[in-house]
Amino acid sequence: MTWDDVGDAMFGGLPVYGEILALVQNSVWAGAILGLVGGLIGVFVLQRDMAFAVHGISELSFAGAAAALLIGADVVTGSIFGSIIAAALIGWLGSRARDRNSIIGVLMPFGLGLGILFLALYDGRSANRFSLLTGQIVSVQSSQLTWLIAIAAVVLVALLLIWRPLRFDSLDPQSAAARGVPTVGISLAFMLLLGLTVAVAVHIIGALLVMALLVTPAAAAVRVATGALAVPLLAAAFGVVSAVGGILLAVAGTLPVSPYITTISFAIYLVCRIIGARRGRVVRADAAPRTQPPVSAHG
Amino acid sequence: MSDRTASDPTRAQPVLEIHGAALRRDGRELWAGLDLTVEPGELIAVLGPSGSGKTTLLRAILGLEDLSEGTVSVSGKPVRRSGNRSIGYLPQTRPLPRDTALRGRDLVALGVNGHRFGLPVTRRRDRERVDALVSAVGADNFADRPVGVLSGGEQQRLRVGQALADDPQLLLCDEPLTSLDLANQQGVVKLIDSHRRTGAAVLLVTHDINPVLGKVDRILYIANGRFTLGKPKDVLTSPVLTDLYGAPVFVLRAGDRLVVVGAPDAEASHHHHDHEGHA
Repeated sequence: MTWDDVGDAMFGGLPVYGEILALVQNSVWAGAILGLVGGLIGVFVLQRDMAFAVHGISELSFAGAAAALLIGADVVTGSIFGSIIAAALIGWLGSRARDRNSIIGVLMPFGLGLGILFLALYDGRSANRFSLLTGQIVSVQSSQLTWLIAIAAVVLVALLLIWRPLRFDSLDPQSAAARGVPTVGISLAFMLLLGLTVAVAVHIIGALLVMALLVTPAAAAVRVATGALAVPLLAAAFGVVSAVGGILLAVAGTLPVSPYITTISFAIYLVCRIIGARRGRVVRADAAPRTQPPVSAHG
Repeated sequence: MSDRTASDPTRAQPVLEIHGAALRRDGRELWAGLDLTVEPGELIAVLGPSGSGKTTLLRAILGLEDLSEGTVSVSGKPVRRSGNRSIGYLPQTRPLPRDTALRGRDLVALGVNGHRFGLPVTRRRDRERVDALVSAVGADNFADRPVGVLSGGEQQRLRVGQALADDPQLLLCDEPLTSLDLANQQGVVKLIDSHRRTGAAVLLVTHDINPVLGKVDRILYIANGRFTLGKPKDVLTSPVLTDLYGAPVFVLRAGDRLVVVGAPDAEASHHHHDHEGHA
């Protein structure tokens, strides 16, 4: 492959970019709302220490989608089924972090194995097979896109409505319970919303790469911000920039969308880490006791 | 205690009433026959070895855990559902991790509107309440910094602010002074004591009585499946504790401090604490 080929793969579509954009308009919308929801829910994923759970749910979501493909059912419905079952199992069996990680470790390979089996049995178009694992939003049918957007919108509204009790429960479950927050109900509701978000993300970015939109943006945001408002807003902005930016760049050429999204989201994280590390030094120096006399050079 | 429970129409309603309470866990009886009436403005210290069910007692008062027997009422109302916003609660906690996405002020705000469903828009009244609480616990200087970089004492001040959000008539504190230095212990005790002076009752679980000794009205000492309730000078004596533990225990005075020597700690049930925090 020459540099010309690379340029062609990346930017070959530029002369007709306007027309391409019109075709993928709904994909951009789907990416935008998933980026938004993924960034917001990611804040709670981190606070509840559930990054691994996101990965576990996405593998079962993949298995559900693959099963749907095999029996000729709707793929989005299949992925939702898989997600919800995984989220319910993890929520039910793994209320403690240690139990949870081992349960996810057990579920994940089983789900992935099932998915691979279903794909092997499926004899339809082979492009469909790979896209569940690595994502290809631009090849999703428009009726399904509408579905994905609708699901993400429902999750967004529900997440905002339970925002404060969910935050209380995530940060300080004992005090939250003492102040009447229904902690069991909140946890289950969160798992349901997480499951739905993962199911949407599987179609946009692929089961293997879901974390790039559900974990990375929030992880980047907490590096540079601490406010109760600043962190979710930044995380949402990072998610939208990654998802929309990735799609807009990818459609200029022939390369898949996912590597663009994962690269942008990773780059944002790197920059935030560097900024956060610099600021962290300043904060620590600031917090050091000032009563001590300056240490002399020969000390 | 009998003089306090004598019927007197002018007397204020007790903040907390516990009758015939018993706690059994895993087939073991931790205590039984516990009666406790707490009046407004009283500060009661709950002492005893780890695993003697002190935390569970607080959680039962909050309705988060069921007693094996007995009843609890708070301000005349029996405890039924889980959680109670008219009680302030300082759970035993570790300091928050460095990267916690909260400023000091947000930690206090959790107590003001953290339980509320609906769009997360902060009302002006809530913001003013948070400001007032931050000032009340002397946190103005650090309330806008990330909680993760604050010291244990600063975090504990903010937690007290969170617990006082609804100006509770009953404040339950679970080891609020652990891992604080002497100055911060005194600061936190002062905050708790000044809330008590507004007429609220306080139940304070602690393993070290000294930081609160001058403020305590009564002591509930639980050990060995039994308990003793009374004034500090009556409970913290060698004969009383020896009788309670069923083993020789000595209470020594060093200036205005007390040292309890020889009290066997229930080490076997130490693991109890590790299971309490849920993830």
